[in-house]
Amino acid sequence: MSRLTVSKTYKLYIDGQFARTESGRSLAIENQFGEVEAHICHASRKDLREAVDAATGAFSSWSGITGYLRGQILYRLAEMLEGRREEFAAAIQITQSVTIAVARKEVDAAVDRLVCFAGWTDKLQQVIGCANPVAGSYYNFTVPQAQGVVVIVAPSKPSLLGLVSLIGAPLSAGNTVIALGSDQHPMATAIFGEVCQTSDVPPGVINLLTGPHKELVPHVATHRQVASVYCANPSKKMRVILEEGASENMKRTHCISIDDDTWYNNHEVASPWQIEPFVEMKTIWHPSAC
Amino acid sequence: MTIKTDQIGGWEYSPALETTQIAIEPKNKLFINGKFVSPKSRSWFSTTNPSTQEKIADIASAGRADINTAVLAAKKALPKWSKLAGSVRAKYLYRIARRIQERSRELAILETMDGGKPIKESRDVDLPLAAQHFFYYAGWADKLEYAFPGVEAKPVGVCAQIIPWNFPLLMAAWKLAPALACGNTCVLKPAETTSLTALRLAEILQEVGLPPGVVNIVTGAGDTGHHLVQHKSVQKVAFTGSTEVGKLLLRQTAGSGKKLTLELGGKSANIIFADAAIDQAVEGIVSGIYFNQGHVCCAGSRLFVEESILDEVVQKLSYRLKSLRVGDPLDKNTDLGAINSKAQLETIERYIRQGTSEGAQLHEVDTNPLPANGYWCNPCFFTDVQPSHTIAREEIFGPVLSVMTFRTPKEAIARANNSPYGLAAGIWTDKGSKIFEIAKQLDAGVIWCNSYNKFDAASPFGGFKESGFGREGGLQGLRPYVNFFNKSGRKM
Repeated sequence: MSRLTVSKTYKLYIDGQFARTESGRSLAIENQFGEVEAHICHASRKDLREAVDAATGAFSSWSGITGYLRGQILYRLAEMLEGRREEFAAAIQITQSVTIAVARKEVDAAVDRLVCFAGWTDKLQQVIGCANPVAGSYYNFTVPQAQGVVVIVAPSKPSLLGLVSLIGAPLSAGNTVIALGSDQHPMATAIFGEVCQTSDVPPGVINLLTGPHKELVPHVATHRQVASVYCANPSKKMRVILEEGASENMKRTHCISIDDDTWYNNHEVASPWQIEPFVEMKTIWHPSAC
Repeated sequence: MTIKTDQIGGWEYSPALETTQIAIEPKNKLFINGKFVSPKSRSWFSTTNPSTQEKIADIASAGRADINTAVLAAKKALPKWSKLAGSVRAKYLYRIARRIQERSRELAILETMDGGKPIKESRDVDLPLAAQHFFYYAGWADKLEYAFPGVEAKPVGVCAQIIPWNFPLLMAAWKLAPALACGNTCVLKPAETTSLTALRLAEILQEVGLPPGVVNIVTGAGDTGHHLVQHKSVQKVAFTGSTEVGKLLLRQTAGSGKKLTLELGGKSANIIFADAAIDQAVEGIVSGIYFNQGHVCCAGSRLFVEESILDEVVQKLSYRLKSLRVGDPLDKNTDLGAINSKAQLETIERYIRQGTSEGAQLHEVDTNPLPANGYWCNPCFFTDVQPSHTIAREEIFGPVLSVMTFRTPKEAIARANNSPYGLAAGIWTDKGSKIFEIAKQLDAGVIWCNSYNKFDAASPFGGFKESGFGREGGLQGLRPYVNFFNKSGRKM
């Protein structure tokens, strides 16, 4: 007789803790045969608010540590993801209905993507910042600075690579993030919380929510503590909701349209120009005299 | 309670008036497709000299049909202009810079007549910087491939540019120079109270032979701007003005795919530590808040003074206030000119009344013999200001300073950052490590250490938070006017 498997209900990941949604709602995740594989939390507006509070609390230390240290922590995240390759590959295979080879390719790309972002932490400023030759006796320079709490609206697929690519950009610059995981295939997001918790990423720096985007996005759009939103492949309607809501606190909204293959190209999703939307350029003047 | 101070020593100055006469057309038309044309709307409005309340001239009010003509002219000019060799675009911009320099006296006088700012500021700040912006960005036009590593930067398209009344010609230069360098075409709308120098710039564009339609200048009020932003052929909107209008534009362009940059309001902090060079800091306070009658988005309108030196700073500031001369903007001795409009004067006066009624103490010099006509406001400051007071939170856009105190660097940072705005900040201390740590922790786009209100074409300007997004000036000032493409030609 075959063994009855223990099917899991994945929790949300907020402030370094695994929490069930306060709304008490869950959604079934089915495999390609329509069988229930696991359950995930259907996050609510209150869960989002708690995640924003956690991310806000974690911001000053995450943005304040050196780029070198932030790079090591993100590299550690990549190490932990590498260690769970097979678990993620199986989840992607089951939920996205792809071959195991395709699923493994996605996981490998996600690990490599994190490594790439880990390397940007102490280099971004050298690429997009500069010293300015003003016409006067001043030392004048422009440097990037993290914006604050960034909400990620992950693409439906690739469910892991899309998530990692979107969180990596703002994280590397020192922002803290809340990710709304893939709408259609949330299992990789749910498992990713376990990677975060076992890495050295401080509580509150990465927060992960699962559940339908259309319920949470309007609240994200108008939340005054959210500095910016990074959204992949939004519908026209969602884009209008995000951009109108942004007027509440002049939120920065960055929407990208990317096809499935493009996610595999570092140049397209992990260049400094994907990080730049999540920094503010600060220009500092100081007189030079003796 | 109000504390009034007398003018220093009763020094008499002989007037030093700028007397050069400038010819001004009685009716100023729209500049569309390289020509000055009467508005299809058949509507005109008058522009007045705020220092005399006398009408200067009539200005065309562009309606929807006029906007349509202007945008279509820009659209038609786009393919050729954007494909022109960068080195050729550069030469047009260099020519514009040169002509601005050559006609700078005329432009400075016109700016002062139309807007009320002191001639010494239009002459020494607005005009040199406007010319510098064209000169600086001219040089970028053929070097864009070196500006952004790893991507190809291409023009965005037709740009709608809406500018404010506080630095009319300079703002036109800030908007046009980078846009043109990157190969875009433009429709520029000046503020309704200050259209004259932008129209004089249009003459310069004709003089240098800029191809028709590359820059179009449409005058009018808010409705004109609204039609411009809404036009479907506009691909980029750049706005400088109030946060309120900026938020409206964000909503109006939501989902349209139009690229947006906003340079909005501020309530910038100027922080003075006890270990600062106090006399220099007091000069920094004065240039921070009284420059251009305080009609400056980055004005240092919240002064934070370390508690131990409050009395000294207040005493020195009061003394310095007495030597500031308010009066005829065309007088070269004038420090503060006229308030730009009646509406703005009423706003400032309402804030001053509110400051007093909420319990702050007003310090002002009222012995300046102000002219009988015109809109005037003596420079002033408030002490005993609480962070919750309206004058400590809202942008006044006038020569009104709120003075507050702090005890520790941590408190100074927290109080400075406690604002929805984040445009600029000033820090005064002679301790290098402290100044850079504070600069790092302040949420503001421009930080002036031991200085204030310094501007340069090579230096990016723009805000954090509700002060808007995007930068103007410097390398980063090119970014809003280009789209990125990858090596295989896909838009990123």
